[in-house]
Formats: sequence, C-alpha cells, structure tokens
Amino acid sequence: MIAQILALPGFDNPLLWILGVPLGSAGFLAVLKEWRVATWVNVGASGITFASSLLLLERRPEPTRLLFIDDFNIYLVVLTSFIGLTTAVFSAAYIARETEANRLSDLHLRFYHSMYQAFLFTMLLALTANNTGVMWVSVEAATLTTVLMVSLYRTREAIEAAWKYFILCSVGIGLALFGTILVYLAAQPVMGDGADAMAWTLMIKRAHSFQPDLLNLAFVFVLVGYGTKVGLAPLHSWLPDAHAEGPTPISAVLSGLLLNVALYALLRFKMLISANGQALTPGPLLVMMGLSSLFLSAFMLYRRGDIKRLFAYSSIEHMGVITFAFGMGGPLANFAGLMHMTMHSLTKSAIFFAVGIISQNAGTKRIADIRGLTSSHPVLGWGFVLAVLAIAGLPPMGVFMSEFLVVSSTFARQPLLAIPLVLGLLLAFGALVSRLQMMAFGEPPKVAHAHGNASTVSSILALTPLWVHMLLVLVAGLYLPKELVTWFQSVARYLG
Amino acid sequence: MPISQLSYEMAHLIGAAVLMAGFQLLYQRRLFAVLNTFAFQAVALAAAAAWQAHIQNAPHLYITAGLALVFKAMIVPFALHWLVEKLGIHRTVETAMSIGWTMMAGVALVALSILLVLPVTVNAAALTRESLALAMSVVLLGLLMMITRHNAVTQVVGFMALENGLILAAVSAKGMPLVVEISIAFSVLVAMTLFGIFFFRIRERFDTLDLNDLETYRGDRQ
Repeated sequence: MIAQILALPGFDNPLLWILGVPLGSAGFLAVLKEWRVATWVNVGASGITFASSLLLLERRPEPTRLLFIDDFNIYLVVLTSFIGLTTAVFSAAYIARETEANRLSDLHLRFYHSMYQAFLFTMLLALTANNTGVMWVSVEAATLTTVLMVSLYRTREAIEAAWKYFILCSVGIGLALFGTILVYLAAQPVMGDGADAMAWTLMIKRAHSFQPDLLNLAFVFVLVGYGTKVGLAPLHSWLPDAHAEGPTPISAVLSGLLLNVALYALLRFKMLISANGQALTPGPLLVMMGLSSLFLSAFMLYRRGDIKRLFAYSSIEHMGVITFAFGMGGPLANFAGLMHMTMHSLTKSAIFFAVGIISQNAGTKRIADIRGLTSSHPVLGWGFVLAVLAIAGLPPMGVFMSEFLVVSSTFARQPLLAIPLVLGLLLAFGALVSRLQMMAFGEPPKVAHAHGNASTVSSILALTPLWVHMLLVLVAGLYLPKELVTWFQSVARYLG
Repeated sequence: MPISQLSYEMAHLIGAAVLMAGFQLLYQRRLFAVLNTFAFQAVALAAAAAWQAHIQNAPHLYITAGLALVFKAMIVPFALHWLVEKLGIHRTVETAMSIGWTMMAGVALVALSILLVLPVTVNAAALTRESLALAMSVVLLGLLMMITRHNAVTQVVGFMALENGLILAAVSAKGMPLVVEISIAFSVLVAMTLFGIFFFRIRERFDTLDLNDLETYRGDRQ
C-alpha cells in the first residue's frame, strides 16, 4: 500500500524534473555561501523547472498513486513554474538592491533562496499530487516556508504578521485535514481501505456512490480550511499583513501562486461533491463567500495608506471574483474563472514587481509619500500604470475580458446576483484608480533616493518580468489562441 | 475482523479520556498545569493510537502512538516548560471568558459534534462513528481554547490540542494510509522549532508573550 504511493517517476518523466529540481536546489542553496551565485542558481533552477513543465504539454505521463497530470492541473503547473521563473529574475535584482542598502545579512539570503525553491516545490507537489493526504502535507509545508520568509526582515511588524499568518493558517489547515479525513471515510466503504480511497483519479469515477451526508460535512471543513488560505472573507485577516511585511518577491508569489494553489485544492473537492450528485450544491456557499470577499475588500481599498496592503486587498477582491465564478458553475462561468485566475496571477505579480522597485526607490511604502512616478521613472511608472489599470479591469486587458465573461454569464443566469457583482467591481475600480492617480502623476518629491545609484543591469532585470507579464495580459485581452480557448473550455466542462 | 464488545468499549474509554483532558485544558489557570494537562492528553492519545493499532491489526499505527508518546507527551511539554522558565513568562493565564461560560461553550460544542457526526455516519462502523464524534469535539475544544486564551504559550497548546483531535480522527479511520500520520507528526516537529524561534524573537522585541501587546500595531489606517 505504501509502496504504491511512493512509486517514483522515472528519469524520462518530466514530473521528476518539475519536482526534483526545486527540491534539490533548495538543499543546494541552503549550503551555498555566495549570495550573488545563489541568485543565479535560483533563476537557473526555476528556468529548468519551467522548461520541464512545458514538456508536459507534449507528453503527459500516466497517473500513478502519487502524482498525476490532467487538463486542470497542467495549466496551473505551467503557470506556477512560469511565474516562479519571472519572480526569480525579479528577485535577483531586488536582492541586489536590498543588500546595497544592507538590509539583509548573508545568512538571511541563503535562507531566503533555499526557502524560495522549497516553496516552489511544495506548490508544484500540491498541484500534481494524486492523493488528498499528500496534497494536504504540501499545502501545510507551503505555509511553513512562507511564514519563515514573511518574518525575514525581523521587524516588529514582520514578526506580528508572520505570527498571525501562522496561527490563522495552521488552524485553517488543521480544519482542512479534518475535512480530508471525512472524505476518506466517505470514500472508504466504496473504494476499500488504503491509498485508493485518497486518489483523485480513482475517487472521481466512483464518487456517485459515496455517502452524501459525510461529503457535506467534509466540504464545510474543507471550505473553511482551504478557504482561509485562499483569503476568502471573513477568514482573510492574515493576508494583508503577510503580503505587506515580507520581501516583495514573496508578496508576488503569495498573491500570484499560493492563493491559486489553495483554490485549486478547494475546487478538487468541489468536483468530487458535484460528481456525487446527491450531496449539497457547493455553488451558493462559494458565491456567498466570493461576494463578501469582493465587497469587504472593495471598501477596504479606500482606506489603505500602505502600497503593499492596497494590492493585498485587491488580491482578496479578485480571489472573491474567481470564487464567485466557480460558485456560479457551468461552462461559461468556469471558463471565466479559469481565465481570471491566470490573468490575476500574471497582473498581480507584475504589480508587486513594480511596487518592489517603487518602494525601494522611495524608501517608503506609504502611498502619501509616493508621487509623480511617470515623470521620475518613466519605464517603471508607465508599466505600473498599465498594470494597475489592468487589475482595475480596464479594457483591452485580459483581466477585463475575464471579468466581462464573469459578469455576462451571471447576467444570463442570475441577473439579481450580477448587480452586487458589478457594484463591487466598480467600487474597487474607483479606489484603485484614485490611488493610482496620486502615485503616478504630479510633481515627483525632491528627496534623495534611498537607492539612487542602482546599476542599469539590475534595473533592466527588475523591469523585464514586469513588462513580459503585462505584454502577456495585453495579448490575452486582444487575442486568445484557439488552442488555448478549446483547452480552457474542456477544463471548464470538467469542473462541472 | 469483527470488533468485539471489549475493544469497542476500550476505544471509547480512551477517546473519552482525550476529550476529558481537552475540557481540563479549558479551565487551568496556571501555565504549568496547562502543560501537564497537555502531556496527559498526549499520553491518552498515544494509548488510543496503540489500541487502534491492536484492534485494526495495523502495526504502523504503533509508530503514531510512539510519536505521540515521545514527542508530544515528553519533548514538547519539557521544551515549553523550559521556555517559560527561561523567558520568565507570567505563570498565570488570563482568560477572555469566565470559566463557567467557557465550560458551557465547551459542552455545547461537544453536543454539536455528536449531533453532526452521528447522523451522517449511519453506514460507517460504530467504532469509527463514535471516535469521530469524540475527535471532532477535541478539535473544537482546541479551537475554543485558542480563542479564550490570550497568552501565546496557551494558544500554542490549544493548537496542539486541536492537532491531537485530528490524529484521533485519523487513527480511527480504518486503513488510512501511513503518510498522513507521519506527516502530521512531522509538521508538528517543524511547527515546534518554528514556535521556538518565534518565542525568542517575540521576547526580544515585546518583553511579553501576551498577544494583546502584539496588537498595538494596527496596520495602516489613515
């Protein structure tokens, strides 16, 4: 039984590389002393991981009891490793400038790089695991690695943020485990004892004969548990602090990737419930939580004075929209949800790249102290303007497309629900645009820059990921390749 | 394997002991008493796991039992004991609610979990059903403890009590693969080192472990 689970993929299997490279380099980076080399090892390892994830598109390995790849997780694996790579490139520049300012010691940097790869490993494992238990362990490990990175700066705020994050998410994760055990108990009479009753690929085929009552109870625990990690209101309170106090590359991967992984876990359980047919319909619960997240964060956006917190709340808003879309269900809404997940990841991590450089330049995270970005740093400033307008939902960006799809599919089926949705989106739009105006235009402050003499190489390094992401979002808004559309459609049907 | 009356009643009894310790944790006012009670709960959990290993004929559960006994019942309480003395933390604990109300809330939670679990598990084995109800009560009591205690050490103990409930549920689920138990034990280990580091830093900067004092920083209200 155990041997079945632990059967590892062979060398010609891309999954081995996708998981092995981050894990191996996490170990290697932990002992590597020179941080300049470490930043490049970090980029190289993430590059290999991304390249191997592209191989998955060519040839999908057969599912085993441990790992599997299907239509749904393959796109998240590619997205995760892609943003892992671009963030590693940004991180190289960010770290170089942080060390110039003497904010991080060598030991901290070693730790940071090792944890970065470990974090990528846990997320990729959670996405590819074919066992509810293994998935749970990886989400828990992802929490632990990010807690350590959030507390990296050792300031009072960072420690409080990390502590809050740790306590809230541990409890959430604990409840998710209870839900996982209940799902096993529901599956066990049908699937028999052991690993079969925890394998997604096997469970989904026979889910119709699981006990519906037990699945209902399980789903409540899973929703509260993984929902905490998604940052759904009212379980979101760890999210802004954790995003604001950690190093900015970590805010980018937290927002762009970790929230997606938690949502992925939730959706897998939702698929199981939908496949059962007699259990509760998870839709209304998801719709409620999605809408409350959207509204809460839309109002909170108006009161933010800290630039990183502002965009952390905007992440809650968008996770709310995505959850809402999946709660509505049906081919069109699911399609919109999947696309919004992708667009939000790309755009939000781009925003955090920009925010990282902005706060390094200005030496502060206070919005009130940031002025005239477009005239003081044109390439950065306009990139930032583009990214914020995209996340606010202005056409012709990809985010607009996906939000438009969410809204129109809601109008077609539940017009009454579309009203609060549109209202929430407009509220958030207003908040973001008014803040953007303050930061991007006007007279730049005359203070000396905290890191005025950053080298050109590191500026180019820091700005490339931002523009690459924005280009992708722009292209997606104007034209989606036909293959991608059919692919999204097939996943959307599969999600039920 | 048919489960005899004796094995059923023993499992019940041990599960009840874990639950009782959960209640005891709610009203202890002194920090060391909290740690001792937690150690007792871990011993009871180890017994429950060992008994399940015996009646389910699943030897790997003995490992879970051993881990609970050595790690949770010995190392963790000792380490926390040492930390409390080393850091000179206040030995008495403030509670957010009076003991009477806390206990009543606890009773309500146990009733809730019985009412929730028993009807939905009609088809499951009786042994699993009732252990699951007990386990869920322990989980909820752990949550209650985390809510009603301000002190960071007691919050951590509350979290571990919650984990005890999870392990109780996992061992009672017949044939659940080993991965899960090992992983739980492992994550507790990692969590513990984490806590240790945290305590030191929190101590360095705040001079107290009372979470109320951590709340002075309220984000970025304008």
